[in-house]
Amino acid sequence: MTETLTLAADTGRDSRVPPPMAMLAELTHRCPLACPYCSNPIALMPAKEELSTKEWIGVFEQAADLGVLHLHLSGGEPAARRDLVELTQAAASLGLYTNLITSGVGLTAARIEGLADAGLDHIQLSIQGVSPESADRISGYGGSYERKIAVAGWVADAGIPLTVNAVCHRQNMGELDEMIELAIRLKARRIEVATVQFHGWAERNKGALLPTREQADRASQTVAEAREKYQGILVIDYVPADYHSTYPKACMGGWGRVGLNVTPSGRVLPCHAAETIPSLSFDTVRAGSLAKIWYESEAFNAYRGEDWMPELCRACERKTIDFGGCRCQAMALAGDSSATDPVCIRSPLRERLTRKADQLSAESSAALIYRGR
Amino acid sequence: MTVEAPVISGSSVVKLARGVRLREDSVRGRTVLLAPERAMALDDIAVAIVGALDGNRSLDQIAADFAETFEAPVGEIAADVMAFVQELSIRRMLEVIE
Ligand code: SF4
Ligand code: SF4
Repeated sequence: MTETLTLAADTGRDSRVPPPMAMLAELTHRCPLACPYCSNPIALMPAKEELSTKEWIGVFEQAADLGVLHLHLSGGEPAARRDLVELTQAAASLGLYTNLITSGVGLTAARIEGLADAGLDHIQLSIQGVSPESADRISGYGGSYERKIAVAGWVADAGIPLTVNAVCHRQNMGELDEMIELAIRLKARRIEVATVQFHGWAERNKGALLPTREQADRASQTVAEAREKYQGILVIDYVPADYHSTYPKACMGGWGRVGLNVTPSGRVLPCHAAETIPSLSFDTVRAGSLAKIWYESEAFNAYRGEDWMPELCRACERKTIDFGGCRCQAMALAGDSSATDPVCIRSPLRERLTRKADQLSAESSAALIYRGR
Repeated sequence: MTVEAPVISGSSVVKLARGVRLREDSVRGRTVLLAPERAMALDDIAVAIVGALDGNRSLDQIAADFAETFEAPVGEIAADVMAFVQELSIRRMLEVIE
């Protein structure tokens, strides 16, 4: 009766590019928190270069016309934008399923009411730990835990459905059970448990954040048990530690297949970390239409289909499942954005990565380097 | 922690939870059910069932109404409705009213 829609259905083996399903709008890079796992680039975009209210609304209109169904308002901390309610209102009135991805800091009860009235469909609230001590230590922001608990209460009062986002890493993986229970107490319908990825700032904290193999295995088991125990109560989406996995993730559901990102200044990216690939250049919504960028730009076409793939992947039956893995990870770990993702068990680089991961996750003294601004 | 998942039976009255909604997708020419991080393409039967989850009628009543409209055996229809509704419930896409 249903199918999960990821592609223009019925196109079969047609090689035409499907319209995008989702857009992540990084409204700003400004953020009061200082999470060591932050995946935003080292060099942040200053506020004066951010798209204006009018420009963002224009982008939302183009996205809706293009076929985008889900719009994620993100950052940085999107609540740092004074026009957040206005932007939400515009997005919702276009029929976009509008989701706010927030740390909660900067939201008040009144503002959440305003967002509800504006038609916000859903909120994703990040948590960094299950106690003020552990959470504030990771976020680098005193009082963040208390604020988040308050925000979850206001969200429930306003009737907006809630997902809790928990980024897991070596410092907090032992609290995973409790994070799942906290999500239920906060009346979330869903939790996203995502193991830290080493893009952007997070790269600097590999030694402190990479989970051990035992932790990663235990986390997978905890998730499996909790899924059973809380079926019908809490939906658990889980991104396992890929350094300890056998096959890579299909990053973004495949390059230029499902979604796109727009940076604070309007650059359009196939994925959050795409700017780490030096051979690509990215177009901005200030200079061209979103449709043209999606269908015709060099960056979006660079890793579509399989012509770009190394022989190893082209001959592999999993190429339609993981598309050869993450391009940014191939860039970071193999020094070649067209390589097989080194996480893959079939990659010649996998052994080296395993040794490196074991070595990094054994470092007990590594200190957290907080997100700089 | 002890929390109970809602139990759904023929006498249950349900509707779509807030944050879950039907939308015409004109670009792809389909009706989709949108929820957090999910878009489900629905066929005509699924659209009819979702449309019937009005928060007033029980699932048994809905099945009986369909059986009459489509002149089909009520048992079969009830099973289809129940399977689909269970699926939505597990995904936390429903509000159980009673
Ligand atoms: S990861 Fe933390 S520091 Fe980075 S943008 Fe998100 S909340 Fe801010
Ligand atoms: S060889 Fe390439 S396509 Fe096959 S599993 Fe590994 S990364 Fe995926």
